[in-house]
Amino acid sequence: MTLSKEQILRYGRQLILPEIGVAGQQQLTHAAVLIIGAGGLGSPAAFYLAAAGVGTIGIIDPESVALSNLHRQILHTTEAVGSPKARSAQARLEALNPHVTVIPIQERLSAANAADILDAYDVVVDGSDNFSTRYLVNDAAVLLGKPLIHGGVVHFGGQVMTILPRQGACFRCVFPEPPPAGSIPSCQEAGVVGAVAGILGSLMAHETLKVLLGLGEPVVDRLFMFDGMTSRVRDVPVRRNTQCAVCGEQPTIRTLMELEPLCAGTA
Amino acid sequence: MAITVRIPTPLQRLTNGQGEVSCDGKTVTELLGDLERRYPGIKERICDPQGKLRRFVNVFVNEEDIRFLQGDQTAVKDGDEVSIIPAIAGGSYSGHVTV
Repeated sequence: MTLSKEQILRYGRQLILPEIGVAGQQQLTHAAVLIIGAGGLGSPAAFYLAAAGVGTIGIIDPESVALSNLHRQILHTTEAVGSPKARSAQARLEALNPHVTVIPIQERLSAANAADILDAYDVVVDGSDNFSTRYLVNDAAVLLGKPLIHGGVVHFGGQVMTILPRQGACFRCVFPEPPPAGSIPSCQEAGVVGAVAGILGSLMAHETLKVLLGLGEPVVDRLFMFDGMTSRVRDVPVRRNTQCAVCGEQPTIRTLMELEPLCAGTA
Repeated sequence: MAITVRIPTPLQRLTNGQGEVSCDGKTVTELLGDLERRYPGIKERICDPQGKLRRFVNVFVNEEDIRFLQGDQTAVKDGDEVSIIPAIAGGSYSGHVTV
């Protein structure tokens, strides 16, 4: 497929980068990325991936837009309050770039549907807000061999890690088990700065593009951290754990299962 | 000279907002004990009631995960940098509740 004149103009500033070029742009056109959560991380990630011309973007979120989302979830407008986030995201992304096919999935990701949903995509971007979904996404990505861009944000800081299943550390290699229910502050108590979510979400989009194009060094076997109070970034080396329950030598997780939600009932 | 302990964002409320604090000890266990003396309440966020490191928290000594060293008996000395790094869930996908 050749690029139209409009596409050459639209993507010109990245097309002139020799690391991307027309071939890279065509690769992006044929790529499919799944974004878990149209929230604080998923919003900037989805915007930049759509803007860059990723051909297909799936976006899964079961919730509707709330007023308290808008300080960080920049995909949604005041007008969209009350409407499904997946649909709101689709409208904004298609308005930004009509060449992108956006697939809204207005469902909760579960052990029952995760493998079917993830299977259609090349890379998965996890911007979920709870440990139950995070471990489910990690396990599904490892079992299906899908690259996963993990990101988390809370208060003034956050983390990003790119997971290439069975090549580098997965989320469970680094954090073997989620916190037990009640051991962490409820989701409502946590609080987060919108622009900090934007920094981490943008990095997640960038990592996705690097993985899709085979560029540079993704954050593999490293845990990237941003501290918004000092605006310092650093990373620590992480490694595959031979005892890992999902990608170790004797895995105990061979099918998907779901944890009890940690924040249920606190809404 | 002491050991520098890097405090993750979610626990900085317990260290008066400081992202780095100084502590003493010969092992990670001793260091965490000293951290608790200086900032009461912080250890239970890092260790379970039996005093074992929680499975969603990692401790790095000079950028090496102590699980690949001697665990909580890993030796520490003046000038070392110790990082406490928990898993973070936030991202604002409301899988279960509206945040």
